[in-house]
Amino acid sequence: MPEAASLDEKGWAELAAIVEGAVADRPASLKRQLGLLVAALEWGPVVRFGRRFSALDEPRRVRFLAGVQDAPLLLLRRGFWGLRTLVFMGYYSRREAAKEIGYRADPRGWEARA
Amino acid sequence: MIGKSVDVAIVGSGAGGGAVAEALAPLAAAGAKVLVLEKGPRFEDREFTGQELDMAPALYEDSGGFLTTDGTMTLAMGSAYGGSTVVYTGTSLTAPERVIRKWNVPDLTHEDVARRSAKYAAENDVHLLPPELLNENNRLFVEGCEKAGFHAEQFPINVKGCKGSSLCNLGCPNAAKRGTNRVQLPAAERAGVEVVTRARVDRIAEHVLDVTVLAKPPGAKGVRSEWPVGTYRVNARHVVLAAGSVGTPALLLRSGFGARLPRLGEGFTCHPAHILVAEHARAITNDVGHPKSFYVDRAEEEGFVLETCMYFPFTTAKNLSGFGEPHSRLMHAFPRLQMILVLACDAAIAGNRVAIDAAGKPVVHYRFTPAVRPRASSSRPAPSQCMRRRPTRRSSARRSAARSTPASTPATSSSGRRPSPLRT
Repeated sequence: MPEAASLDEKGWAELAAIVEGAVADRPASLKRQLGLLVAALEWGPVVRFGRRFSALDEPRRVRFLAGVQDAPLLLLRRGFWGLRTLVFMGYYSRREAAKEIGYRADPRGWEARA
Repeated sequence: MIGKSVDVAIVGSGAGGGAVAEALAPLAAAGAKVLVLEKGPRFEDREFTGQELDMAPALYEDSGGFLTTDGTMTLAMGSAYGGSTVVYTGTSLTAPERVIRKWNVPDLTHEDVARRSAKYAAENDVHLLPPELLNENNRLFVEGCEKAGFHAEQFPINVKGCKGSSLCNLGCPNAAKRGTNRVQLPAAERAGVEVVTRARVDRIAEHVLDVTVLAKPPGAKGVRSEWPVGTYRVNARHVVLAAGSVGTPALLLRSGFGARLPRLGEGFTCHPAHILVAEHARAITNDVGHPKSFYVDRAEEEGFVLETCMYFPFTTAKNLSGFGEPHSRLMHAFPRLQMILVLACDAAIAGNRVAIDAAGKPVVHYRFTPAVRPRASSSRPAPSQCMRRRPTRRSSARRSAARSTPASTPATSSSGRRPSPLRT
């Protein structure tokens, strides 16, 4: 998520709290799998690019992640989907993100647009 | 374990359980003990905030992310006083004759279903929204369908005093949606039916239910259960199971009925859904107004249904394909986005089934039948400026320039009935 780079400390804390809250409710086995996936994403690029994910430039990160997203192995695709779901949950569940993208739904409905 | 005795115990308070509770209300008024056991909580009106982060965990099983066993699809199932009628968009269709015929249930006729549906349509304020309350997300759908040669029909919906918050799937913040939580259950309670929330039915046997009443978790929404926290054995002369297409077979399976009913849980089907997103050149009214006002029924001819829809930021982000800058760019076009849901009419097959895990919790085995993806693809309307869709298999993703991820899907029974238009 390109915007995540410009999140301030408060924004990051909010994002992290949302993700942590979501993960906390999940079974221990899923948490372990998630940890393994994150480790695999960090070290996986060493085989292809000779560097860890966190040391890659953006184009290489994108290429690597695109490969994981379309991996032949369902387990990897599923893990990637789960991880991106958590990331999006953390980012887009914040009220600031809703404002940023122009989402304006309001319980008052049409009245709020008058 | 605390003992209780009732004449009728109803498990579940949604479209099925809530309706049965109301139908039995005269018995309760005459002195019979009628009990509804609902696993989810009861909410106060003020708790419906319309905030995705607050409401999804409060209202849905697994926060709306209940995954099938291979992880390729999520099912959205409401868990609250009123079940999934709290979280659907209020669309209230009468099952077509062809569907009733296909169910092939002995003694169930379409005339009977139509008569009963008409009763509930009147009771729950089902009507067509007037044109001035339709947003552009819906009106553009109708226009597009006309140009593409599809006939769009308007959904009758069960609302009263709808303000057009567009937040139906998060529980109406204005108490306008007339689900069983607003109509049947309160009427039943007024007549003496007892509704107990946060009451998980662990096992059933002949005339016996083992129930655990759960504590309200710290910080959670909803009120405390009507009964003290603890375990109960409820003796009932009659038991009605209405815990949903996933919950009911799972309860029967963990109660050992699988030996007597060898096909229990089999033939589960649902409407796997793709979200199509179009980006217009200008902002449209999409996140205000009723979100699901029109549909195109091609179920009989081509095996798919198109519906309008509009989701919230996180749900939208999750269901759009890809990541990084292209995904972000589309999210930032939110005011210009139009959304359509494609529901594929999947056939019921034995391998697609509800089962239970070692802890007795429901699991759903589901693989798309080969017919689904071609149907979903053929349903794709002519693109406007930019259309994205979300197939679920890698092969599909490679065929299309669009990127993909699995869409959330409303849980349905093998009947094809759709109790909860998800976040679909």
